[in-house]
Amino acid sequence: MSLLDFARGPALEWSLIIFVIGVVWRLAGTFLFKGQKYLSKPKGTKFVSAGLMAIANKSFPPHELEKRITFQHYTGYLFHIMLFIVVFLFEPHIAFFDWALGISWPGLPTNVITFSSAVTVIILIALGIRRATDPVMKKLTTIDDWISWFLTITPFITGMMAFAHQNIGVRYEDLLALHILNVCLLLIWIPFGKLMHMFLLFPGRYQMGEKFEYRGVKA
Amino acid sequence: MPSNMTLGERLRKQGVSRRGFLKFCAATASMMALPPTAVSALAAGLEKARRPSVIWLSFQECTGCAEAITRSEAPTLENLIFDYISLDYQHTIMAASGDAAEAAREKAMHENEGKYIVIVDGAIPLKDDGIYSTIAGMTNLQILKDTVKHAAAVISLGTCAAYGGIPKASPNPTGAAAVSEIIKDKPIINVPGCPPIPVVITGVIAQYLAFGKLPELDALGRPKAFYGQNIHDRCYRRPFYERGLFAETFDDEGAKAGWCLWKLGCKGPITYNACAVTKWNYGTSFPIQAGHGCIGCSEPDFWDKGGFYEPLSAGTFSAGGRLAAAAAVGVAVGVGSAVLARNSQKALHHKEGA
Repeated sequence: MSLLDFARGPALEWSLIIFVIGVVWRLAGTFLFKGQKYLSKPKGTKFVSAGLMAIANKSFPPHELEKRITFQHYTGYLFHIMLFIVVFLFEPHIAFFDWALGISWPGLPTNVITFSSAVTVIILIALGIRRATDPVMKKLTTIDDWISWFLTITPFITGMMAFAHQNIGVRYEDLLALHILNVCLLLIWIPFGKLMHMFLLFPGRYQMGEKFEYRGVKA
Repeated sequence: MPSNMTLGERLRKQGVSRRGFLKFCAATASMMALPPTAVSALAAGLEKARRPSVIWLSFQECTGCAEAITRSEAPTLENLIFDYISLDYQHTIMAASGDAAEAAREKAMHENEGKYIVIVDGAIPLKDDGIYSTIAGMTNLQILKDTVKHAAAVISLGTCAAYGGIPKASPNPTGAAAVSEIIKDKPIINVPGCPPIPVVITGVIAQYLAFGKLPELDALGRPKAFYGQNIHDRCYRRPFYERGLFAETFDDEGAKAGWCLWKLGCKGPITYNACAVTKWNYGTSFPIQAGHGCIGCSEPDFWDKGGFYEPLSAGTFSAGGRLAAAAAVGVAVGVGSAVLARNSQKALHHKEGA
């Protein structure tokens, strides 16, 4: 069995299984868990709109902090947009989703994907340096952040290397295998680390808006 | 024709001009990525070469490899080169049969001890003492070991001989094996493909005749000159890959416009062969040009690497059922953990209340 056979076979299969079990487990556990019971009477009534408003409002920096967090806020936005482009609009990735989920959509030219990947890697390096040097960030950073950072940046690097394999003198199938194995590690990590925010971010904000409404807090 | 004539003498006797001969040498040197200065060395080497005895053994195979050779573009010099090897045993095309055929093999081995070349096409069954394929009452395994014992070199022709090929495909009921899994003490050149490209076969033999040594081989025992690059990197459809233009089905507008076949399962990116360069049928076409993706036939275990029509980014297993089962397990574990959390929360409330 070649490295690519292993990556496309048992490695991908088990990492997908762990990913699905982990994500569904955490989502089911979170949504079914009955949170704190309020003993007071609700101060608001528009829970749904409050939840939705919280999702929208929290997507922009608070006015008071806007200037202080410009860098991480807008690089964060750019990073996520580029990540979305690379993950969901690269034709070979669409082919993967088609295989796994039976749905597909139009993609973008490979050169656009390469550019987006390069931007993503540069932003991740910049954010990584900031995390490693900023005194406040250093205090807030845990090993979870570094594992998440590493497992996010490596698939982009190996993906670009696979594309440019002729220039770096490594066989395409080896780099493709490395790329898929990186993704496998990422899939295994997602449910158990901070990257789970991709599933919990918006429900979490919704829940927060709802709670604020209950307590009569305008946020 | 006297058997001690050199190749050059034989070619002239057949009416092949010096110019034609040099053209062949230049083309062969070019295909093998030899420097231009090697053309004269190749010509000089071939000129002086004497026709070697070749014993061609066909085992678990479909005769496609032999078919590819016999269908090479006659009357080219590639074919003439074959005229000038002494093909002493090839049971598909030889006139003799039965004991006479086996006697021809033994005679060739005896008269050319240590000098003859063995070409093998087909895998060798090993299970149950190799009884699943026999010739003249001998198993393929016995014939291979017996014939190779005094050979100068072995050319494993086609993917079955080189890597086990289709006979070795899961579940491999006959225990089919490649030549290299059995023969360990002789130089082996793998010329895989299902079938291999005729010009690659003749190129390998020409190089061996001219320089008297094996060509440079890659990690899988293939001549680097022909198997050094993957098909995708030399494919004329590659620009469409760069532009993100892919055929989605075999009869859509993209397919008609010649777009990349990656999404239709083309294995060109992981397949090393000269198809995109030398092509087939006198350089007319090759599978991708004919509208079908590469199936990776010159790679080991190509039959068991997932579906031919699944792209390389897909897994080699069926995802649907497994992922649905995984989701069900996730729900069960999630519900269980929520119930446990509620219970412990209740217990906490009771404790605080008490």
